[in-house]
Amino acid sequence: MSKEEKKVNRRDFLFTASYTVGAVGLGAVVWPLVDQMNPDKAQQALATTEVDISQIEPGNSITVLWRGKPVFLKRRTQEEITEARSVNLNDLPDPQKDEDRVKKGKDEWLVMLGVCTHLGCVPLKDKGDYKGWFCPCHGSHYDLSGRIRKGPAPTNMEIPKFEFVDNNTIKIG
Amino acid sequence: MSDHEYTPKSKAGKWFNDRLPLLTLGSHLTDYPTPKNLNYWWTFGGILTFCLLTQIITGIVLAMHYVAHADLAFGSVEHIMRNVNYGWLIRYIHSNGASMFFLAVYIHIFRSLFYGSYKSPREVIWIIGLLIYLLMMATAFMGYVLPWGQMSFWGATVITSLFSAIPLVGESITTWLWGAYSVDNPTLNRFFSLHYLFPFLILGLVILHIWALHVPGNNNPIGIDIRKPSKDTVPFHPYITIKDAFALLLFLIIFSGFVFFSPNVLGHSDNYIPANPLVTPAHIVPEWYLLPFYAILRSVPDKLGGVILMFGSIFILFVLPWLDTSKVRSAVFRPMYRHFYWVFIADVLMLGYMGAMPAEGIYLILARIGTVYYFLHFIVVLPVLGLLEKTDPVPMSISEPVLSGGADPALAKKDYDKI
Repeated sequence: MSKEEKKVNRRDFLFTASYTVGAVGLGAVVWPLVDQMNPDKAQQALATTEVDISQIEPGNSITVLWRGKPVFLKRRTQEEITEARSVNLNDLPDPQKDEDRVKKGKDEWLVMLGVCTHLGCVPLKDKGDYKGWFCPCHGSHYDLSGRIRKGPAPTNMEIPKFEFVDNNTIKIG
Repeated sequence: MSDHEYTPKSKAGKWFNDRLPLLTLGSHLTDYPTPKNLNYWWTFGGILTFCLLTQIITGIVLAMHYVAHADLAFGSVEHIMRNVNYGWLIRYIHSNGASMFFLAVYIHIFRSLFYGSYKSPREVIWIIGLLIYLLMMATAFMGYVLPWGQMSFWGATVITSLFSAIPLVGESITTWLWGAYSVDNPTLNRFFSLHYLFPFLILGLVILHIWALHVPGNNNPIGIDIRKPSKDTVPFHPYITIKDAFALLLFLIIFSGFVFFSPNVLGHSDNYIPANPLVTPAHIVPEWYLLPFYAILRSVPDKLGGVILMFGSIFILFVLPWLDTSKVRSAVFRPMYRHFYWVFIADVLMLGYMGAMPAEGIYLILARIGTVYYFLHFIVVLPVLGLLEKTDPVPMSISEPVLSGGADPALAKKDYDKI
C-alpha cells in the first residue's frame, strides 16, 4: 500500500498539470481586472504645464496644478537662500543640500510638489517653525528649501521634473 | 439547530418544505430558544439589522439621483437636497443613519466585551462581527467621499495616503487605489461602485454571523451555558421580537432627533464647500466613529509606525478570544476585570476626544498615554488577569439564584440535575 502511495503515477501528473494550467489561466483572467484600476491612458499622458514666472517678485510664490497636484513655485530672496544653505545637514531627518533641490544658476527658484509627504495634504506657506511651509493636518514643518524639519512626514517635499524654457517660463513634467 | 424537528401542517406546505426547507428555517427562527435573562444590551443585534436595511434602502434611492463624477457630484447632492421630492429627508436619514449604525455597533461590541461573548465557543461569531465592522468602516469612508466636498476630498487623500507608508510598493498601491496621480474622478467613480457593493457583502456576513450565533446559542448576562430548550429559555418569538421592537422604537426616537432637529451636527461644515485640490481645510478630522483610531495614528511620530499601530489596534481584536485567558465569561463574576473594563472604555473615549483635538501639547501627550494603555489592556492586562483574578462563584442556571435566593453551588447542582 505504502509503496503504491509513494509512486508518482499518471493521475498525479494529470492533477498537477491541471492545477498549474488552471492557476495560470486564473491569473491571466484576474490581472486585467486588477490592472484596470491603474491610471488610464488619459491620466498617464504625461501632461506638461508651462508656467509664466515673469510676474513673481522675489519672496513671493505661486501655486499651479499639475497632474491633479499642486506645485509650488517660489522665488526666494538672497537671505532666504543663505538661510536654507546655512543648515547643518546632520540636523535634517532627510539630509539633502539646498543646491541639489534647485537648478544650477537658478538658485532663487524653488519648484516642488506642494504635497506633504506624510498623508498628502497641501502645506501652508510662510508658516511653521522654519519659515517655510507648515502642514495643518498633522503638524509637519518644512524649511525654506521644502525639507522636512519636524513632524511625522518622512521625506522632503518632492521636486518634480521641470526645466526652464526661457528666462520667464518653466515647463513642469 | 440540526436537531430541530418541524413538519408543516398544510399539505402544500409539506410539499414545498420537502423540496426547499424554508418553513423549517422559519420555524427554527421563531422557536429559537433564547436565555430568559437577556437585558436591553442584547437588543442591539436587531437594531443593527434595522440600520443595515435602512442604509441599503435609502442608499438605493439616493443612487437614483446622484451622479458619480468629479464635476457633477457636489451639485447632484445639492440637487437631491433641494429638488428631489423628500430628497432632504432620505439623504439626512442616510448620512445620520451611518452614525447611528456605528453608535449601535459600538454598544454591541462593548456589550460583548463586558459579558465575554467573544469567548469559546463563540470565537467565530466574534471574528465575523469584526469583519462586518471593518467593512462598515470602509463603506462609511467611501460614502463620505461621494458628496465631493472639501472634507470628502481631503479625507480621501489622507486615508488613501496611509497605504503609501508601506515600504517599496506603497506608492504603487496608492496610485492603483486612485486610478490617477492624486484623488480624482477615477477615484470617485470606483468609490461609488464599491460603496454600492459593500453593504451587500455586509448583509452576507450578517447572515453568517447569525448562523454562527444559532449554533451555540446566545451568551447571556451571567455567561453560563444554557441547556436548551429548558426553563432557562424562552422562544425568540414573541418574547425577544417584542422586546427588540420596543428597544428599536426608543432608538428611533434618538435617530429621528438627529434627522429632524440637528441633521448636520455630526458632520463638518467644510463638506459644504466643493472639493478643491489646491487648498486643504485648516483642520481635517474624520467622522466621530473613527476618531480613536485617528488619535492612535497621530500619536506616533513616525509615518509607518503610526499606520501599523492604527491597523494593529483593530487587528488585535481578532485574537482577543485567545488573549483573554479567563475561563469565566461574564464580568459580573470577575471583580477585577470589571474595573479594567471601565478603565478601557474611558481610555477609548479619551482617545476619541484627542482625535478631535489638534495633535500638539497636552493633547498629544494624553493621546500617547491612551495609545500605550490601549495595547497594554490586550497584551498584558487580559492575559495576566485570567491567571491572577479570583472570580466569584458562577451559578449553574439562570433560575437558580432567583429560586434559591442566592448563589449556592450546592443548590445549583441539584437544580441543574433536575433540568
